[in-house]
This record gives sequence, C-alpha cells and structure tokens, in this order.
Amino acid sequence: MNKLIVSLSPHVHGSDSVKKNMYGVCLALLPAMLASFYFFGLGAAVVMLSSVAACVFFEWAITKFILKQQRLTILDGSAVLTGMLLAFNLPSNLPIWIIVLGALFAIGVGKMTFGGLGQNIFNPALAGRVFLLISFPVQMTTWPVSGDLDYIDVTTGATPLSIMQKAILEKNPSVLNDLPSSIDMLIGQTGGSLGEVSALLLLLGCIFMLCKKIITWHIPVSIIATVFVFAGLLHLANPIYANPLQVIFSGGLMLGACFMATDYVTSPMSHKGQLIYGVCIGLLTVIIRNWGAYPEGMSFAIIIMNAFTPLINTYCKPTRFGEIVKKEAAK
Amino acid sequence: MKTFKIGGVHPEENKLSAQSPIREAQLPKQAIFSMFQHIGAPANAVVKKGDEVKVGTLLGEAGGFVSAPIYSSVSGKVSKVDVALDASGLRRMAVTVDVEGDEWEETIDRSSDLVRLADRPELDGKTIVEKIKTAGIVGMGGATFPTHVKLCPPPGKVAECVIVNAVECEPYLTADHRLMLEHPEEILVGLQLVMKAVNVTKGYIGIENNKPDAIKLMTEKAKQYPEIEVVPLKVKYPQGGEKQLIDAVIGRQVPAPPALPIDTGAIVQNVGTCFAIYEAVMKNKPLIDRVITITGKSLAKPSNLKARLGTPFSQLIEECGGLPEDTGKVIGGGPMMGKALLSLDVPMTKGSSGLLIMNDKEAKRAEVEPCIRCAKCVDACPMGLEPYLLSRISEQRDWEAAEHEDIVSCIECGSCQFTCPSHRPLLDYIRLGKSTVMGIIRARSAK
Repeated sequence: MNKLIVSLSPHVHGSDSVKKNMYGVCLALLPAMLASFYFFGLGAAVVMLSSVAACVFFEWAITKFILKQQRLTILDGSAVLTGMLLAFNLPSNLPIWIIVLGALFAIGVGKMTFGGLGQNIFNPALAGRVFLLISFPVQMTTWPVSGDLDYIDVTTGATPLSIMQKAILEKNPSVLNDLPSSIDMLIGQTGGSLGEVSALLLLLGCIFMLCKKIITWHIPVSIIATVFVFAGLLHLANPIYANPLQVIFSGGLMLGACFMATDYVTSPMSHKGQLIYGVCIGLLTVIIRNWGAYPEGMSFAIIIMNAFTPLINTYCKPTRFGEIVKKEAAK
Repeated sequence: MKTFKIGGVHPEENKLSAQSPIREAQLPKQAIFSMFQHIGAPANAVVKKGDEVKVGTLLGEAGGFVSAPIYSSVSGKVSKVDVALDASGLRRMAVTVDVEGDEWEETIDRSSDLVRLADRPELDGKTIVEKIKTAGIVGMGGATFPTHVKLCPPPGKVAECVIVNAVECEPYLTADHRLMLEHPEEILVGLQLVMKAVNVTKGYIGIENNKPDAIKLMTEKAKQYPEIEVVPLKVKYPQGGEKQLIDAVIGRQVPAPPALPIDTGAIVQNVGTCFAIYEAVMKNKPLIDRVITITGKSLAKPSNLKARLGTPFSQLIEECGGLPEDTGKVIGGGPMMGKALLSLDVPMTKGSSGLLIMNDKEAKRAEVEPCIRCAKCVDACPMGLEPYLLSRISEQRDWEAAEHEDIVSCIECGSCQFTCPSHRPLLDYIRLGKSTVMGIIRARSAK
C-alpha cells in the first residue's frame, strides 16, 4: 500500500484563493473602465494599458532582479489591480512617462519596499497617485472634458470639485449652479480622472463584490454615509456648501469608498475597526475638500487612515464569544 | 431559523452515506482495546494474557473519577496486554483479544423491545448516573469526555436543561443522522434518562436543517413527551461545537475559560451518547459498539456500520468495498476536525464517529501564499478571535502576546484555515501556541 499522508485538520478547504479575490475586484472594475473609455476615448485606454503594463513589469523586474525570488508573483492579480486602480486615479491626457513613474512609485516604493503583497502600509495605487499629484500638480489637475475623445489635444475644463471649492472660496452659492445635475454625475457626464466618471457603474461593481463576499459592507457604507451626513449638515447650515447628493457622486468618492479604502492589506481587520476607519475617512474627505488646498480629499483621507490602521487593529478587537452575555448580565 | 451568533463557515456537505441504512459489521478476528478511549486518566487493565472473556466482560477499570471503564466487545481469549498503535498515532497500553464465537455476558438484555421510562418507575437520578458510569459511557461525538462527570455539576452550578447534539455539522458524517432515523424512540428515552439524572424538566434536540427527514421524525415522536422540544437549526459549521450549540438553541453564551458550559445551565449530550445511555440503563449493556460512517468520494460503498469497538479500521474499509487505489489520506472523524491516521490497522474506539478516505488529490494542501489581511478568518472565527494574529504571534513564539489575545479560547474548529484564500496553515500554528500557553498557565497555577 502507498504511504498515507498525515497532516493536521482541517483536511478540506473552501477553495477561495488570492487570485479569485484579486481578479474578482478587477472584474468589478470592468464596467467603470469601459465607461471611462466611452467618455474619454483613446486617452483613457492608453492610460489604462500603460499603467497596468508598467505595474506588472515593475513587480516582475523587482522580484526577479532585486529580490531574486523564484516565485512568480505577477500572476496573483494584485499588480494588475494596482495598475487598474492607479489608472482610475489619473486624468486621461497624462503623458505616458508620468504614468510609468507613478507605477514605479506605486509598486517599487508603495509595495515592494515593505516586503511585497500583504506587507505594505499604504495602498500602493494611492501612494502612486499622491506621489504624482505632489510632483506634477499641473498635469495631474488638468482634466479633459468628458466626451472629448482626443488624446493629444483636448479641451480641458472645470470639474465639479473645483466648482464646489470655488463656491466656498468666493462665498458665493450661485457658483454651484454651474454643477452638473446629480443624475448626470451619477451616470457619468463630468470631467475628472478615469475613475471619476461613473459613480453608478462603480456602485454596481461594489454590489458585485459584496455578493461575491470579496468585501463586507462596513467600509463603503460608513464612508458614504459619513460624507452624506457631514456634507448635508454643512449644506443646511450654509448654501455655499454643495448639495450632499452631488458631493457623494463627485470626484473619486465612489472609487475611493468602494475600491481603494476596502483594500484588504491596508484596512482594519475587525468590523468595529472598519467602521471607525470608514467614518474617519468620510470626515477627513469633507474637511480636505472644503477647507484644504486641494479640491479632492479622498486619496489623502485614505492614505492618512492607512497609517492609523495598525493602531485601530491594536485597540479594536472583534467581539469575543461570551462577551455579549457579560454585557447583558451587567445591565 | 436559529443558529449561533458569531462566525462560522459552510463547507460542502458531501453526506454520501445519508441514504444508507445502518448495517451490522462482521466480527473481527482480533480486537484491540486501547485503555485510552476517553479524556482523563487511562483505564487500568484488569485481565492478563490467557484470560477467557465474553462480550461485556470488564477489561479495564476506570483510572479515577474523570475516566471510564473499558469492556470487551467480543468473546475469546486475551492474547496480549501490551502497548499498541492507536488512532492518535501513539503506542499506548491496550488489551488484544483473539475472537472465538460470540458469547455475551448473561446480564445484558439483547432483545430489541423498547423500554420506556414509565416502565421503570423505580429508577432515580443517582442510579442512572451510576449505571452510566459503570457502562463506561463517554461523549460519542468525538470529544470522549466521560459522561457521568458531565452529569455531576460542580457544587454551586445547577443544570436547567439538557440539549441533545444532533447537529452532525462535520461534512461526510451521517452516523447520528441514521441513528435518529432508525432509533428515534430509544434516543428520546435516553434524553429523558439524562433529564432525570440531572433533575431538569426541559430537553431540546438541536438538528440542522439539512436533515429534514430526521427533524420530521423526531418532532413526530417527541409529541408524546411535552417536555422535549425539537429545534431545527440553520446549517452552519461548527454548530456541533458545545458552546455554539448552546448559543444556537437557548441563546446563551458560555463565558471565556475557565467557565464551563454548565454555567449557562445547559448540559449537552450527543445523539449517539443518548442511545448508549438508553442501552446502558434499560438494557444493562456496557458501551461495546457504536455506529460509524465509512465514507469517501472514491470508496465503492459509503456506509454506516454498527461495529464492535476494537475492530481494526482496515476491516471496516474492506466491508465498504476495500481501500481505493488512489487513497492519499485516511481520517478518523470528519474532514474539519478529524485526525489523519498513520496506519489502518488501528482499532476503532468509543469516539470513532467516522472514517473518511480522501484521494491523493484531495489529500494535498495547496501552496501557501502571503497573508493579504483580508480578515476572512476574523469573520469566520466562531469564538470572535483573530486567527491571522494568533497564528503570526505563535509563529514568532510570542507566548505572552498569544495569552493576551485569548488564544486558549480557540476551539480548533478549523474555520479560519478553511476560509483562508492564501491557504495559510493558521490552525497548525494556533494549536502550537494554544498548547504552549496552556502549559504556561498550568505551570503558573501550580506554583
């Protein structure tokens, strides 16, 4: 008889895998990606392709030539996902060399210096975006108008976020009349980065991930609800602040809440922690958008809270079995 | 539908043998009786080489209060009283009997007539516990904790209800399911006996919803006993865990160790244990046989066998079509918590609920990838622990941190490792950490 394998229980596995989760997120991003191609044309496709290709290339090159690892990590889908997310954070007329630089920072500094998949403190795609935003502020904030399909020579225009900021700076609520309607913003008729065009398709992707149990509701819902309530209160107090519906459908909020903040590696482990993390991101986003130097606060808010994730993990433990009883008995 | 509140997973059920009625297994040529068939002190052998024994003859007496006696399940001659390999993979003291004929001790009632509690009005709680203790009954779901100890709550603790564990949440296993379909009345009387033994008036039977036929039958049969209630439960692993079952059925949670399940007022007994209690008290039959599921995707005839304790596993597999060519791993118990066997010549014991044969493809673990901190293990943990963290600090041998993170609360159900997308051996490390921390705690309290 052949020898029996002896190992400890459990002897079966639920067949979930890293690949399934990573490519699941990529799949959830697909509708929004196609929408960005539709609204921004060739430019969006060029940005998307070069970002994904550069991220995968840098991951491969670093593991092979610097870390000298045998294991091929580029197939696990995480580099592809970082590339897609980075592209979603960029305007569609960005020169390729800037995109490649962003990808190098995202993968090289954001991810591999910390030890690769699972070890990074900051979301790599966001690290790449923030690096580019600070290094190339002009190129990163010149937004082609949606519907302009040319890559090289595009008309640029104001985004909803810059209009909102202008209204606050000029203390003039009538500036807000230039905003597209909430419905247009939901469907995608606005200027901005690739991932800012269609809140609706991003929401659909988010629902797909929830159904597939790739993520839980805690982070996206707590961010969107916090922003809605905070922005709503401001709007009621003073009409120079935009309508909360327009706030949640504008800029990178949906992308950030559903796809960036929910990044496994850089978000808290317990549901309690995830709620605290989400609420803080929501508050920071509104604060930076309204009173900060940059019109968009989502990426800074997430990066800041990424840094607090280890602290949240230390103090926010899941409810232990038996604790519920203790609380009831104390009442 | 009721279930426990925290965590849990839903593995593929694979109840291949659910439709296969319980068959009597053949007598073995040689039976091996380990003196280590329960948790607690081992039994002490009271026979020597050459002794003639019958079915029901005492082979080993209990080695203390938390212990249980061992009886012969066959008749014949003792050929060896020596160490032998058992299902745990250790060589430990055992009595080997060469089988001749099938002679039973006369005190055992071998008829199949149902004896109800009303037929035996003279039985009182003390007598019932004494009979259970004498019969060597232990928890037959797999934990093998001596039953009489559970029925004697420590001073100051009072039982309020008895819950029968008919969940059988382990995939593949169907022994309890078949027992309910074929001996519902005996199980109900067994439950009444336990209720009488601990002097309570409320009994529950918790059955998962994937056994609708058993729920229907037990509900129907239980109608004659208004104090017994059948509770259908939503299918979720590890509902058969004692703490999870109490939470699911009566909504109370056992506090962290050193608290015991009895602190919630509940006493939990497995279906098989209730049946054995019935036989012990009403038929005077010590624990000498049990129902075991022999199953596996490549096995020709997945079956439920009523087999004598001490029968070698290899013989039981022969009766179900023989060991398949592609066998990679054989597990004593279910796939979530069972133990992989070193050899098939080891005998079945009181705790053997199943034997699962996995082919070599199923038997291999997938390649381990880095932890992506997805928190799926945290969501799956039924004890509200953080498996990724416990595993990591155990790997780093930081025992102080492991104790601080409540590693001793782990029930080793394996839900975390089952769910981990990176296929990390979480429970391997947590077991190492848990046993080390428990040792440290014991050493500290001994000072």
